[in-house]
Amino acid sequence: MTAAELIAFAAFEGGVYSQAFPAFGVERRGAPVQAFVRFSDEKIRLRSQVYEPDYIIVQDPTLIGDVDVFKGMEAGGIAIVNTEKPDFDARVPEGVKVYAIDATTIALEELGVPITNTTLMGAFAAATGEIQLEPLEHALRNRFSGSMADKNVKAAERAYNLVGGTA
Amino acid sequence: MLEFMEGSHAVAEIVKRCRPQVIAAYPITPQTHIVEDLAQMVANCEIDAEYITVESEFSALSACLGASAAGSRVYSATTSQGLALMFEVCFNAAGMRQPIVMTIANRSLGAPLSIWNDQQDSISLRDSGWLQYYAEDNQEAADLHMIAYRVCEDHDILLPAFVCFDGFILTHTYEPVALPSQEEVDAYLPAFTPYQRLDAEAPLSMGMYATPEYYMEFRYEIDRAMHRSKQAFIKAGREFGEQFGRDYSALVEGYRLEDADTALVAMGSICGTVKDAIDEMREHGRKVGLLKIRTYRPFPAQEIADALKGVSTVAVLDKNISLGNGGAVGTEVKSALYGSGVAVYDYIIALGGRDVRKRDIAAVVDLAEKGKGDMFYGLRTEVL
Repeated sequence: MTAAELIAFAAFEGGVYSQAFPAFGVERRGAPVQAFVRFSDEKIRLRSQVYEPDYIIVQDPTLIGDVDVFKGMEAGGIAIVNTEKPDFDARVPEGVKVYAIDATTIALEELGVPITNTTLMGAFAAATGEIQLEPLEHALRNRFSGSMADKNVKAAERAYNLVGGTA
Repeated sequence: MLEFMEGSHAVAEIVKRCRPQVIAAYPITPQTHIVEDLAQMVANCEIDAEYITVESEFSALSACLGASAAGSRVYSATTSQGLALMFEVCFNAAGMRQPIVMTIANRSLGAPLSIWNDQQDSISLRDSGWLQYYAEDNQEAADLHMIAYRVCEDHDILLPAFVCFDGFILTHTYEPVALPSQEEVDAYLPAFTPYQRLDAEAPLSMGMYATPEYYMEFRYEIDRAMHRSKQAFIKAGREFGEQFGRDYSALVEGYRLEDADTALVAMGSICGTVKDAIDEMREHGRKVGLLKIRTYRPFPAQEIADALKGVSTVAVLDKNISLGNGGAVGTEVKSALYGSGVAVYDYIIALGGRDVRKRDIAAVVDLAEKGKGDMFYGLRTEVL
């Protein structure tokens, strides 16, 4: 949910309407959860969950196989997958571009904890172009303070540059 | 200026700016973030309020009732089982004519236990004498609190109010909200002036024993105040619009109803999804509109009849059920349209957090236009 909230906040800072909400499941760290984000040039009225995502972020690669994480995606879609193994085994819908990034390692190196929200946010920004670096950094500094803000910005920028290099 | 925040935080911020003097609440999902925020604000001396920690919802509302009777502006928030535990105090608060404002983060009632959204909780208190306002989005949820205090504290009204917004779907959603400044809220909502209050220097009693010679007249007076509150809401909503540019003077609000053959009727956050579904159906030449009910109590029967007089079919979406009869809103809309010749069908939908998509709204319209209704929509027959 934190990643969804930060992405939506950064998008809003970038000048569009946005909405972020959890799938209202049992929210505890480690349990499979979903969160959703919408961006629009107009006020967002729709409240249903997202069934046909343009973009997905998979934070935990162990879900792939158990859960059809690509469900509802169509050609032109973009997936950002946190994984150590870029050749993970999953049926990716035709025309969906997958960016595999080892966000856990980046987070461990930059933050000291395997919490990948901000790293994947940087990857998302570079892969989709939906949010720019400046509002992204603003969103992180709004959420975190002091050295935690610096560390999260660095983690996000590292992922941004890594994906930007391949985009 | 729009700011990006969680719905619960928007409500807590606006409640803070309404300057409650006493807050008493017991945390319960999905209301928790509101009262956590307020407790923090009190601890940080951002509000000059007494935050009374209690051991149950019954005590929370009892504390509010006492504080209100003593002349304070008070606030509480709850949901679901918490509201159920307040049942007795709800009737007493209305009967003692205390202008308490309470947020309801709408949630289903057990059993089976469900933390997810529907509107069974507040609807089940429909006969308690509390005004009931329903918000479509987090902006409206925040704004309705200011309006509620204005209406409740009006000496011609003096009734408590629920401001209802859908649990999780709004409480936990982050979206842009414009929050009026403290100065702007102060300009709209003056300090509370009690009509009468408990005072050791001038003793009086409230909520006393009423013999059969008096009880009915008390109930009659509450009912009259309920009806008068329509005009108070219209005035407060219009003045809100004049000051903030968002007009809430309508008890019911039409969306693309002007030339509609079929009208959906709904309350709360589902109205947003319905509006998007209507836009899509309109692109396919379907003449469909929405009538959103903002004030469920007092029930705007005449306003509904006036708004729907041009349509041939009405589909009411009920996020509740009066078991053994049908949806509460549908039943009352049928009553409001009695004798009009309009076909009214009721759909029990989205109970216990079942998600509703645009295609579900279109399916309901299809059913209504075929004359099929007064039913649960979206049942998973394979598990029955």
